[in-house]
Amino acid sequence: MTEAITNLVKLLATEPYRLLVFLVGMMAFVGLNAAYLVWVERKGAARFQRRPGPTEVGYAGLLQPIADAVKLMSKQLIVPAGVDRTLFRVAPLLMMSPALMSLAVIPWGENLAARNINVGLLMIFSFASINVMAIMLGGWASRNKYAIISAARVVSQNVAYEIPMLLVAITMIMVTGTMNLNEIVQQQAGAFWHWNLFRVWINPLMPVTFLIFYTCMLAETNRAPFDMAEAESELVAGAYTEYSGMGFGVFFMAEYANILLGCALATVLFLGGWQSPFGILSGVIWFLLKMYFLVFSVVWIRWTFPRTQFYGLLNLSWKILIPVSLLTLILSSAMIKLFHHA
Amino acid sequence: MEPAPTPPPSPALPNALAHLPIPFQAVDYAAKGYHLDATVNPDQVVDVVSLLDKEGLALDTITGVDWMAQGQMEVVYDFFHLSKALRVVVRTRVPRDNPEVPTIQKVFPGANWHERETHDFFGIRFLGHPNLTPFLLPEDATFHPLRKDFVS
Amino acid sequence: MITKEVISPPGAPNETFVINLGPQHPATHGVLRVKIVMDGEYVVRAEPICGYIHRMQEKMGENRTYAQFLPNTSRIDYLSAMTYTHGFVGAVERAAKLQVPPRAEYIRVITSEMNRISSHLVWWGAFLLDLGGFTPLLYAFDDREKILDLLEAITGSRLTYSYYRIGGLYNDVDDDFIKGTREFIAQMRPRLKMYRSLVTDNIILRKRLIEIGPISKEMCRKYGATGPVIRGSGIPYDVRKVEPYSAYPEFDFLVPTCEEGDSMARYLVRMEEMVQSLRIIEQALDKLPSGPVMAEKVPRVLKLPAGDYCYAVEAARGRFAVRIVSDNKEIPYRVKLRTPSLSNLSLFEEASAGMLLPDALALMGSLDLVIPDIDR
Repeated sequence: MTEAITNLVKLLATEPYRLLVFLVGMMAFVGLNAAYLVWVERKGAARFQRRPGPTEVGYAGLLQPIADAVKLMSKQLIVPAGVDRTLFRVAPLLMMSPALMSLAVIPWGENLAARNINVGLLMIFSFASINVMAIMLGGWASRNKYAIISAARVVSQNVAYEIPMLLVAITMIMVTGTMNLNEIVQQQAGAFWHWNLFRVWINPLMPVTFLIFYTCMLAETNRAPFDMAEAESELVAGAYTEYSGMGFGVFFMAEYANILLGCALATVLFLGGWQSPFGILSGVIWFLLKMYFLVFSVVWIRWTFPRTQFYGLLNLSWKILIPVSLLTLILSSAMIKLFHHA
Repeated sequence: MEPAPTPPPSPALPNALAHLPIPFQAVDYAAKGYHLDATVNPDQVVDVVSLLDKEGLALDTITGVDWMAQGQMEVVYDFFHLSKALRVVVRTRVPRDNPEVPTIQKVFPGANWHERETHDFFGIRFLGHPNLTPFLLPEDATFHPLRKDFVS
Repeated sequence: MITKEVISPPGAPNETFVINLGPQHPATHGVLRVKIVMDGEYVVRAEPICGYIHRMQEKMGENRTYAQFLPNTSRIDYLSAMTYTHGFVGAVERAAKLQVPPRAEYIRVITSEMNRISSHLVWWGAFLLDLGGFTPLLYAFDDREKILDLLEAITGSRLTYSYYRIGGLYNDVDDDFIKGTREFIAQMRPRLKMYRSLVTDNIILRKRLIEIGPISKEMCRKYGATGPVIRGSGIPYDVRKVEPYSAYPEFDFLVPTCEEGDSMARYLVRMEEMVQSLRIIEQALDKLPSGPVMAEKVPRVLKLPAGDYCYAVEAARGRFAVRIVSDNKEIPYRVKLRTPSLSNLSLFEEASAGMLLPDALALMGSLDLVIPDIDR
């Protein structure tokens, strides 16, 4: 009996099964998160706006996401005449899958990561760029003028925000000396002043670096106040205008999966991942707490600020974020060379 | 059928635009709601309106009245002053079977829509108007609902 | 497949395309259609196309008696119905030489100004919605709800009031209304301060509005723009001051103006107008005379002496003027309704040329359009 269990565990630990477990687990996690982040978003928005939000389906509207999903799935998938059918159908999947793949390297807990690879950070950034292409393809393939304007916006917006984000990432790689996300978290063990966010002796601009990362994350995921791509008062629904039913649903889910990924990455890089802020009782719960706090702040920002203007968005990136992130990069490399040289 | 001619000018109200060569009649504001009233020939409209423009008046609205019994259409131009209590009405009458007035769109660009609307409702043609297409009526409308002989 | 007509080929910067904003579009607040020739994201020419909810109010006016037409006036601009009814009853009263009792005039001022605040609140929320901020709308509706409750109690209606009658009012206000209005003023003042710190001073909002969509004094005059639009361009034109009507001369209030003429100026003018309206209401409540609310001897069948009669009021969106041409019959010979939104929108084509699409929409939102007010 014991032998059988050991064998089963051994079997599950082998590569194909491990991947399968991860795949099912991740899909379920992302799916549930997307569904319940919608609920959080609606409830949060309602609270900011002094109204109750969803209350009808289930207790406090808890079954609302399921009702929404059923509604979306029962809707007809309309493919408008004259669109590029292949691209039109592929685009939502293309947006969803990079987020799923990137989540593979996120260390949720000490030994809780699908893949612990040495170039985890690099992998996330390389996959994250595909997301832009998906929105662009969706907008392009829709054969709708609003969608095409939105596609053009998304590309220039993401090009602009990719640069400061990568500069911040390079800073973090220099500070930590590794691209392995698990190691990055390990380095931040101890208490909260060991978190990268507060390691001002390595780089006094570390909190600024975090702010840049956070801003870029908002822009990359097309969230308010940078939701140029959707901009419902200008472009109806931007790139998603022509999508109906689950086509739209997948885009919607992917948006939340990307927010989740962004917040998870911010947690790993700056907030010490699964490390407890007090140095004891570290575990996955801390990771989730930190990540969901960031997710909540994203919701908070969305329902508090109006949308920026497009040139304001680009100005912010090219005139402020990129110079400042270059500065932090140079500063931290100088500090490391001068004071922390091994 | 026809309304009574404008009441005798009230002496209490000085004609603020007396220096202009426009046949203004002062009107009792309390009774009528405007101060000056002038009826001019259709071909004088643009000149009169240009003079009012130079006085700094703003275009209020343009409208028409169908005097079917007399076979005439009246085009009414309303103006208001931006700082003084001064409302000016300029009227012109055109034959009902061929209602044509030169446009004042070049003097007051805002007249564009008001003239289109008046064309919609009365069929009054504003000569020189760049785009005299239906404004509020359907784009293929050929009827003029505010004519008194209009039957829906 | 995507054909070449849809997307301009590379290297053709002069190529433009047309987008149809509306008649169903989130930014047009109703059924306005704007045909925009675009060069990339830049507006080359934006031509508003009106008439999608045209109801021929003026023809209806020629088919019914003065009293029967009264409810129609509430349905022209449904957000400031009180002032529109005021314009119409004012014209009829002027023609019939009816003396409205002072208490009725005071109550007209109170309800009109409350209606102005509620209208500005809807504009405020909807404008922020245009700019991508959803939350203020709910706050605005929260405050507006209190006004609507108060007005509902005395008029029986929440939007299309038809509260004014030729010669007076439908009914008198009670003590509850006066008490409730005073409470509302006390609540509203801190709320307006909160809106200032919460929304008006937000840097994103300021960047989106300052120097966006400037409208010059001259353009306002040429197009006959009125209301907050002309006051945002620095001209203190307000019908309540220039051609005083009703009981307005008896109150102390200011006409807020802004020299800049941009979208922010129009925004600030409207925000300040709410403060001034609160002042007027407060003064009117303090001085509210007693007496009847209906003129004596209003004839059951009203025949106006032949002639034409104008009456202008300051509606929430600007100058609303009524011209009644009478031929001494029970029904008017002609009713002309001069609405502010039409003149305000007519300058959009000139003002929006060369702007970016989101800026042009911010400009459109700052004009505060109500589409039935344009189409009538």
